Amino acid sequence: MRVVVLKSCLQSAIVVLALSGIGHAEERSKGAVPKQVIEDKFNYCQTCHGVAAQGFRGYFIMPRLAGQQPQYIENQLNAFMELRRLNPVMRNVTHGLTHAMIKPLAAHFASLNPPPYGGAPKESVSLGKSIFDTGLPEANVPACSACHGPDGKGQRQIPRLAGQLYWYVIKALGSWDKERGQGSIKDISAIMSPTAHNLTPSQVSAIAAYVSNLR
Amino acid sequence: MASRERTWIMKSIGSIRAALALFFISVGPIFAEEAIPVRNCTFCHGPSAQGFATAPRLAGQRSEYIENQLSGFARHIRDNPYSKLYMWNAAANLSLQTAHDLAAYFSAVPPQPANDGSKDLVASGKEIFELGIPTANVAACIVCHAPSAEGVREIPRLGGLSSSYVKRRLEQWNEGFHGSAGPMPRVARSLSATQIDALASYLSFVDTKSSQP
Repeated sequence: MRVVVLKSCLQSAIVVLALSGIGHAEERSKGAVPKQVIEDKFNYCQTCHGVAAQGFRGYFIMPRLAGQQPQYIENQLNAFMELRRLNPVMRNVTHGLTHAMIKPLAAHFASLNPPPYGGAPKESVSLGKSIFDTGLPEANVPACSACHGPDGKGQRQIPRLAGQLYWYVIKALGSWDKERGQGSIKDISAIMSPTAHNLTPSQVSAIAAYVSNLR
Repeated sequence: MASRERTWIMKSIGSIRAALALFFISVGPIFAEEAIPVRNCTFCHGPSAQGFATAPRLAGQRSEYIENQLSGFARHIRDNPYSKLYMWNAAANLSLQTAHDLAAYFSAVPPQPANDGSKDLVASGKEIFELGIPTANVAACIVCHAPSAEGVREIPRLGGLSSSYVKRRLEQWNEGFHGSAGPMPRVARSLSATQIDALASYLSFVDTKSSQP
């Protein structure tokens, strides 16, 4: 136990030392990050993710962060930083982040609650609802609601899906192993891998359409 | 006797001309550009819609973007000085159908890059365009405008626009003028004058061959 704790402390220390070399004049002490720094960083997130963090469909798809589980956001930011989740845009964003900023930033999004972005096709919503509520036993697909909650709001490190952008959910489920769980450390994202594999593209589209409308 | 014949011939020619005129009017315009008032636009935006002086290039621009801008001018939402001076009037009496047709027409004209930026700013402009400046909280333009600067749907193509036009727009958002929609005023507020110059210069040289309307 003690060895594991020491090892992860060492890893964190190395990451912090490594990151502190990338021009972070503000983070000299181990104290809390100044409030203004977090506010400015939050404004930066809003530039792409939307003023109310509702997400935006540009050339790339910036997901909804509003109302997202703080622990999930923290895990993703760490994963981008440590290259366990491969996304060149977000990896670049984390060049301007320190570990100390992550928790206060993640907390900012929890209380936001704009209406869903919308834009999903309507035809497959009922199929999406049935997969969400009861899964596809014959395809080894559990009900999404079992972990993500019947309202899709998630819990702890399990993300909120309610109101997530239709195209983002499709992208996420379609490229799960390509983007997540990279590197030698198998992280918690591996749990979604079998489910992502067992869903057909039209089932993914149906689920995405359904959750994108949830409030 | 001769003068009477001339008069008769002139009368015939006159009536043939009138007949021809009536024929063509009833048949309709021969060239596509005549069916929609393109000439009202190219008067300022250049004969091939590549832009001229203060009027930006319309050639190759995304049609949804053009329609949104025309709507923004008509509703006085886009309020920077040249818009107020010229475009508010130009867009005032456009029907939705005409605006749509104009946008479709211009988006299909192949765009030429302006190539009028400073070459020595291109490298830094490209870096800001592709990576933003995360430590200064400046977002990367590519996430909305595409790595090729061609835009998508209602998000405009920036590649090849005149550097003076891009610079002016970014400055105007910084000064508080309103956009037709979207996050640009907020994005521009994070940019410094040097960064604006670099971006505008870089973009003026970007020549996107792929033209997906």
